[in-house]
Amino acid sequence: MNNPIGNLNKIFDSRIRLGVMSILMVNEEVSFNDLKQMLELTDGNLASHLNTLEENGYLKVHKGFIGRKTNTTYSITKAGEKAFKGHLGALESMIRSID
Amino acid sequence: MSNFDIQSTLSMTEQQHLDTLSDIKRMMERSSRFISLSGLSGIFAGCSALVGAAISYYWLHDYYVSWNTTGRFDAEGFAWLRVKLIALALIVMAFALVGGIFFTWRRAKRNKLPVWDITSRNVLINALIPMIAGGAFIAGLLYNNLEAMVAPVSLIFYGLALVNASKYTLSDIRYLGIAEIILGILNVFYLRRGLYFWAVGFGVLHIFYGAIMWWKYERQSA
Repeated sequence: MNNPIGNLNKIFDSRIRLGVMSILMVNEEVSFNDLKQMLELTDGNLASHLNTLEENGYLKVHKGFIGRKTNTTYSITKAGEKAFKGHLGALESMIRSID
Repeated sequence: MSNFDIQSTLSMTEQQHLDTLSDIKRMMERSSRFISLSGLSGIFAGCSALVGAAISYYWLHDYYVSWNTTGRFDAEGFAWLRVKLIALALIVMAFALVGGIFFTWRRAKRNKLPVWDITSRNVLINALIPMIAGGAFIAGLLYNNLEAMVAPVSLIFYGLALVNASKYTLSDIRYLGIAEIILGILNVFYLRRGLYFWAVGFGVLHIFYGAIMWWKYERQSA
């Protein structure tokens, strides 16, 4: 039997990681500080979630500089987009199956 | 487990999934569109524009009356009128901008949203590109004594700026932009009526759209 819960992506269990992916889906490139501001998080908390997403190949990190300050930006990868859409699809079919 | 228990667990997970989906939707919207733009900003800008248009109407009127009574072109009077009108336009624009920022800032604060973030930055940058191009173009028109073209050109470039910035804020702005562009193009065919087109474009349309947007998005919270 096809179990729709099996299609839900474990990595997206975290609301923060889901939030990061939602933002990156609609913005080409977002800086660490902008992510922090939008998700209302502390540096450490956001960094650990970003690491998880990067390790899974869902986002790309670009390290740059604005003057002397580091400016790290993030963008979504093809794999990340696919995983996110798959997760959305799974959520949708679960809601449908309940109705 | 009774039937009721199964039902309630099912509906709870359903609620969770719906919450997750609305979370995703909210983050996508909030991160890509500046939603704090206030309709009151538009109304305020429109009122400033109408006051500015009324003042310039009287100045122009006085100028033409004195031209008709003396019966000759007064180069000095014209140069002075030109300087006064340019100064008035800049003051009205600054006034409208400050008031516009104030109402939008107030709305963002009430909704506990940041005023200066990636979305407002996107709105600003994308509005500024046509605005600066238009400003430079108008400076060129004035340099070449093509005053009659200033009103239509300012309407068209302002409209383009709104259309361009509308991708990053409330989509209603797009239709305001298109209306400004149409008005600017019509103005080119009635060149000597620039002040009326200008008053409609920057005054009436701003008040009209501002009122619609206020009614649509802000009525409940006021």
